[in-house]
Amino acid sequence: MAEASPYAADALIPHTVEPHPVTGIPNGKFGIWLFLASEVMLFGALFSSYVVIRTTAAHWPPEGGLSSEILNVPLATVNTAVLITSSITMVLSWASLKMQNVPRFRLWLGATIALAFVFLVIKYFEYTHKFEQGHFPSHDNFYAIYFTLTGLHGVHVIGGIIVNTFLLTAGSRMWATEPERFTNRVENAGLYWHFVDLVWIFLFPSLYLL
Amino acid sequence: MTAPTTHGAEIHQGGGNGHGHDHDQGHGHGHELPFWRKYVFSVDHKIIGLQYGLTALVFLLVGFSLMMLMRWQLAYPGRPLAWVGKLLGENAMPGGVMAPEFYNQLGAMHGTIMVFMGIVPLAVGAFGNYVVPLQIGAPDMAFPRLNMASYWAFLPGGLLMIYSFFLPGGAAQSGWTNYPPLSVLTQTAGQTAWLFAMVLLITSSLLGSINFIVTIVQLRARGLSFWRLPFFVHAQFVTAFLLLLAFPPLEAAAVMQLMDRLAGTSFFLPTGLVVSGEQWKVAGGGSPLLWQHLFWFLAHPEVYVLILPGMGIVAEVIANNTRKPLWGYRLLVYSVIFIGFMSFVVWAHHMFMTGMGTTMSTFFQTTTMIISIPSVIILTCFLMSLYGGAIRFPTPMLFATAFLPMFAIGGLTGLPLGLTASDIYLHDTFYVIGHFHYVVAPGTIFALMAGIYYWYPKATGKQMNETLGKVHFWLSFLCMNGIFMPMFFQGMAGLSRRLYDPTIYAHGRAIQSLNVIISWSAWGLFLAQLPFIWNFFSSLMRAKAAENPWAATTLEWAAPSPPPHGNFPTPPVAYREPYEYSVPGHTSDYHPQFAGEA
Repeated sequence: MAEASPYAADALIPHTVEPHPVTGIPNGKFGIWLFLASEVMLFGALFSSYVVIRTTAAHWPPEGGLSSEILNVPLATVNTAVLITSSITMVLSWASLKMQNVPRFRLWLGATIALAFVFLVIKYFEYTHKFEQGHFPSHDNFYAIYFTLTGLHGVHVIGGIIVNTFLLTAGSRMWATEPERFTNRVENAGLYWHFVDLVWIFLFPSLYLL
Repeated sequence: MTAPTTHGAEIHQGGGNGHGHDHDQGHGHGHELPFWRKYVFSVDHKIIGLQYGLTALVFLLVGFSLMMLMRWQLAYPGRPLAWVGKLLGENAMPGGVMAPEFYNQLGAMHGTIMVFMGIVPLAVGAFGNYVVPLQIGAPDMAFPRLNMASYWAFLPGGLLMIYSFFLPGGAAQSGWTNYPPLSVLTQTAGQTAWLFAMVLLITSSLLGSINFIVTIVQLRARGLSFWRLPFFVHAQFVTAFLLLLAFPPLEAAAVMQLMDRLAGTSFFLPTGLVVSGEQWKVAGGGSPLLWQHLFWFLAHPEVYVLILPGMGIVAEVIANNTRKPLWGYRLLVYSVIFIGFMSFVVWAHHMFMTGMGTTMSTFFQTTTMIISIPSVIILTCFLMSLYGGAIRFPTPMLFATAFLPMFAIGGLTGLPLGLTASDIYLHDTFYVIGHFHYVVAPGTIFALMAGIYYWYPKATGKQMNETLGKVHFWLSFLCMNGIFMPMFFQGMAGLSRRLYDPTIYAHGRAIQSLNVIISWSAWGLFLAQLPFIWNFFSSLMRAKAAENPWAATTLEWAAPSPPPHGNFPTPPVAYREPYEYSVPGHTSDYHPQFAGEA
């Protein structure tokens, strides 16, 4: 790792670590905020589509009943708690790094990843239960929206698991050479993770409760 | 591997004065990367820019070839073209006559390839990547690996798009807009491939746009304030925001259409859809208009993604060749920012005929008229820049000058389309094709050509042949107008776009001779590109050009040509505004941004 990096340009680029005097943040943090802006537009378009389809439907859900009766509210409530907790552990892992406490960082980041897995496992049970009842996305637009929105959110959870696992394993080698940059990376991963959490905070009431 | 609990002492902090340039020297030089690292999976913005540029030029030629094929069918409907028929096979051209399905595939793919795989990658991927870091005095883009990932998402997306021609049933055939229900009901793999390829292309643009914004904000050289940025950088900056915020809704729409096609959902399929006399078996409840809204929410800002970088290039070339500062530089910048905002609220002027209601139409008609104002301001500023200049006319300036009337024709013919009353008549006719091609083909493509001739010495150290360049320009200029001017007349005569055989209608037969003129102009345009292709490659063998052959003022000319890895031998400093030409009392007729007080 110590020999000249094949990405030698990295060494030349200003503000990879030290904040820009005007914006007050390093490049990475700026980048992640822009990425989240585009994510807002992605989920915004999906939520808007949901609004359009739902408001033009004669009844919602189209087959009758209530969303809260069709979908499993208790499981989703547990999942909400799981995700919020994982956001807390994510912050704790970053805070531990700030305090130079690497074992504690690993513990909290590991907990974040584990909670993400718990979320996915619960989601898996919800999905398979729907499939067993013969309720696939093609059943009607209620299920189409439910599976598409939660599915895309699930993909984002998997993305978070991949990023966090990288930071916990191979990526953490950067701690030895550039500790501040590594800490920033964990912070950026955390920003992304909070966004994934936030999307769920919107999804849960609008899909399950309303 | 253990992570030490050392404090962050050994990491250099750039001296804490906020300038990270102090320790820039000595890294990254003096060791050679293997070929595939240097030229294939490169993280150098210049190599990535060239990769984007060459790939996009190839795709432009491919997209143009599709159109040349279509022009045969339009000029001589039903007449066999034996040797091409043999080449493309019995499915596409049975007996040498183009099959209607194949015609539709060519049409859909021409639009897709030209917009998403030709112009955008050339204007943003190539020129943005190559020129922006140089013009702001940066050693590279802010995220070199992200930059590489952007190209390597673009290339598979583009290749998948081309490959879809070879799938059973061929490529997507529902127009470049892919309106449902047709696009959902078409049961060929090509449409699914289109959607997957689009997701890749969108991802590539997203990664690129994040990189551009961060680079322009964070990596500007010392002294290079926003009001000292070349107009090209401003144009790229606004373009990046458009890409960042407008593309994700299309990604969402593509995901929903994929769900409709693969999982049998009904996001875009209405209740009670009847196809060929039979009830289509889906749940229904969706809205075909929803797709159009999502599509145009991207695709109208996309129009400005296509034109703004072109305007940026034209600004650079005009300032350089009139030997005057740009007229109304700040006005230009304000206009381009205003266009950026407004471009998000004009999308439904593509949908006046969908029955979305007069209230909506009135709103979008109004916003459309408003957005034409900054475009006219920009054009006026360019014209005023020409006024009183001792203009030189090298090839880039020829293309840049021609951009002005071409863009003006394209822009002004758009006004009748933006007004609901006249749009009723002109909608979906060849008039529309003529309008937007004037903006994008003799408009943007001429600007991009100006850029290629202008920055070729920067990227290669050689200058392109002027005589060949002038031949290229004048023939292209003639043919471009031969192609697109008659389309206005066709459209006003009522000829619909996307017709496989225009002679099935009496009004089409009456003006069929225009189609023949257009087609021969299109084939002529191809011949006009041959001197360019020859010039592009043969100029590499020429003698080394001067370091600053155009006597230009902006920062990219402070770097050697071609610039080495890391770009600048010493971090450049911007001492003044970007277009200090013909400064009274100065010894030469240009005073570069990077030249200290002498």
